[in-house]
Amino acid sequence: MNDVVLSRRALVVSGLSVAGGLMIGVPLTAEAAMQPPVMADGTNPAKEMTAFLIIEPDNTVTVRVPHQEMGQGTTTALAMLVAEELACDWAKVRVEYASANRNEQSGGKLYGRMQTVGSSGLRTSVAMMQQAGASARERLKLAAAERWKVDPADCAVASGKCLHKASNRSADYGALAAAAAAVQLPAEPAIKTPDQYALVGKWTPRLDTAAKLDGSAKFGLDAQVPGMVYAAVWSAPVYGGSLKSVDDSALKDLRGVQGVVKLKDAVVVVADRYWRAKKGLAALKIEWGDGGYGGVDSAGLAAAYREALDKPMSTAEKKGEPEAAFAAPGAKLVEAVYEAPFLSHSPMEPMNCTVALKPDRADVWISTQAPMAVLQQTAKETGLKPDQVFVHNAFVGGGFGRRGGAHDELIQAIAVAKQVGKPVKLVWSREQDMRRDRYRPQAAVRFRAALDAKGQPQAFQARVAVPSLIRGGNGPQEWQASEPMATECIQNSFYAFPARDVGVLLKNSHVPVSFWRGVGSSQNGFFMESFMDELAHAAGQDPYAYRRALLTARPDALGVIDAMAKQSDWGKPLPKGRGRGLAIIEAYGSVSGQVVEVSVAQDGKLSVDRVTCVLDPYHVANPNTVTQQMEGAVIMGLTAALWGEITIKNGAPVESNFDRYRMARMGDTPKRIEVHLVPSGGPKWGGVGEPGLGPLAPALSNAIFAATGKRVRRLPLMHEDLSWT
Amino acid sequence: MITLTVNGKRHDLDVEPDAPLLWVLRDELGLTGTKFGCGIAQCGACTVHVDGKPVRSCVTPMAAVKGPVTTIEGLASGLKHPAQQAWLIEDVPQCGYCQSGQIMSAAALLQTTPNPTDADIDKLTNICRCGTYPRIRKAIHRAAANMAKAPAAKGAKA
Repeated sequence: MNDVVLSRRALVVSGLSVAGGLMIGVPLTAEAAMQPPVMADGTNPAKEMTAFLIIEPDNTVTVRVPHQEMGQGTTTALAMLVAEELACDWAKVRVEYASANRNEQSGGKLYGRMQTVGSSGLRTSVAMMQQAGASARERLKLAAAERWKVDPADCAVASGKCLHKASNRSADYGALAAAAAAVQLPAEPAIKTPDQYALVGKWTPRLDTAAKLDGSAKFGLDAQVPGMVYAAVWSAPVYGGSLKSVDDSALKDLRGVQGVVKLKDAVVVVADRYWRAKKGLAALKIEWGDGGYGGVDSAGLAAAYREALDKPMSTAEKKGEPEAAFAAPGAKLVEAVYEAPFLSHSPMEPMNCTVALKPDRADVWISTQAPMAVLQQTAKETGLKPDQVFVHNAFVGGGFGRRGGAHDELIQAIAVAKQVGKPVKLVWSREQDMRRDRYRPQAAVRFRAALDAKGQPQAFQARVAVPSLIRGGNGPQEWQASEPMATECIQNSFYAFPARDVGVLLKNSHVPVSFWRGVGSSQNGFFMESFMDELAHAAGQDPYAYRRALLTARPDALGVIDAMAKQSDWGKPLPKGRGRGLAIIEAYGSVSGQVVEVSVAQDGKLSVDRVTCVLDPYHVANPNTVTQQMEGAVIMGLTAALWGEITIKNGAPVESNFDRYRMARMGDTPKRIEVHLVPSGGPKWGGVGEPGLGPLAPALSNAIFAATGKRVRRLPLMHEDLSWT
Repeated sequence: MITLTVNGKRHDLDVEPDAPLLWVLRDELGLTGTKFGCGIAQCGACTVHVDGKPVRSCVTPMAAVKGPVTTIEGLASGLKHPAQQAWLIEDVPQCGYCQSGQIMSAAALLQTTPNPTDADIDKLTNICRCGTYPRIRKAIHRAAANMAKAPAAKGAKA
């Protein structure tokens, strides 16, 4: 909670009215989205109530949000938090992105880190947004009291108006905003307690829906800059490989092609239209080096991660005396090795970036989860100062961690723009996007547990071999060290294991990895919750009852698992060939569980019939968007569990488009996906974008075990023979 | 010159016969509502109507376009198409990138199959990485029900 307190204080100190600075707003509402992005050389401080709020004379309230909209509904939810405190008319609320440049000019004090990662968009800004709304409301009230020469204590607010009951006077916020902007508060007002919420917690339609139904919503790829040229890219097939030679003689007959830019590990064709650049790229004869990794393949990598489980590891968690428990006479030992492959992010909008460079200014149009990182990276690549960089962040056509900061396409676009001296729109093809992704880590884990005579776990041990997400560059390296992402859902498990021993070896291959929705919880959730099912089976107990007995110290987790059992008809008999499986994890500050019901035909054909999701995020701003996140996480989790796998052959990724990297489609979607939100309150807000991913794969494989007796310890499921007799 | 009619407006375009319709719409005509997703007719983000039928514009060369084109921008004014109305009520989109294609595919389905079953809807192959399928299914059923109630709505240009 320290972060929250600090940001509240920072808001007060900043005085809430930092004038000046270039304001670039990307309007998000349908009608506003029709207009080109507003660019002005300075904000009118009289018009701006605070750096977070504009209240127009017609009572339109514009909320500036410091996080990105990539589908998760954060922009609507953050606006709801402001509107709740401001007591304005929700129908008149619109949102726009806060300016990264302005934030940079304030030294990052104004809007904070502006990152939309780690399911933190709401959690890290909740206090800041509530305070922005509450502070504005009090200042409007003081402005009204001053105008009417009455005691502010006798003034009230409701639905966008200040009221003075005794004299039967009222004034719209729009009429008071200019005066209120000058009001200094002696102290920041208190924010509401959850029992006082009128809007927060109510199912609320998204503010960005209409713009996404008629083509008017602008994504990064939709940027249009006068005089721009288009760039198509092809990178070395093997990461770490380099460009050896290019024969571009076939380009001279191609219309519109303006040139070839050679980068260290990529070739770029520049043309007056994208399709002409792409055609030019296909006409090149390119020779690539493989960086010495041409002999690496998936089978070898999987073997290396399994072998790593026997290497010395860093101790991430040690409690009690696990050695003694494993050696205890009569202890029943359960051991299993689990494996997961590389996964591609594959957002529907392929990576792309448009840049316009001037001697004293850079403009960047990009879909990003991290505008401040884009700003810093652009400054580094251009030699400009960070406050000379303007990031025009748009709607993000899918993020899932891919756009969290490692913007290879940005670096390429700047290099090309420097060379051609014109604004450049650089677009990755789907093939480039999938082959040059930074994947979810391949990993292997060995679990051991010692059960007593009643089947209760007395010791829990995990050996984790996984790439590091934050150390080192590309290339094979090992560290006898740990990092939080490596052990999510394994370390500090909420299950009551009396003795614990978690070891980690961070092991990278030449294949780059990055944060993938759910990060460590997405593969570790599968490992851990499948193994818990194995323990329940070894103990001869029901998987729900077994887990429940180990969660009694955690009322939140009990609330979730009990709701899972109740809502899914857990325990109700199913015919042979059908089964239910469950999984529950703690991730991103929330407790998330799912029950999956499957049918498996005797020939092994699998059908996912029903998924019951339960989430305790402690507080829910907008049940509509939280429900969407659960529905979406089930689908994405299903794609990953059933088919998700990037295969490496001759050092290079094999899958390069949706024909070979299968995505769940309408016909694959379970007919019943039910979402139950059980917020239990308290001081903290949990994340919602990622916690829904981790439970799907284990709940699914546990259901398959219930239906067929076959235990899946390796993903994706498409490689498993699920037939039974 | 190639003549192309888009959303009721005629354009004479100086583009090659093998130029993909998708990029002509986006880069020549500035109609960016139609999206690029895969380039190989797998994902359907680029779905538009040619002569009322759904096509994947990313693999459709200009030479193969033999009728008037309707894009998401021209489907209906003011979100009046029954599919758009239903999408609005069900609050379907998440990131929204694939939704133009989803709506164009659904509109074409509703044109040929005014009361689609779940099995009919299962045949839609547009990819949504955010996983909005459950809401798309609901929205298509809702649109079909509304069209049955108000037959005039069927007249919406599809």
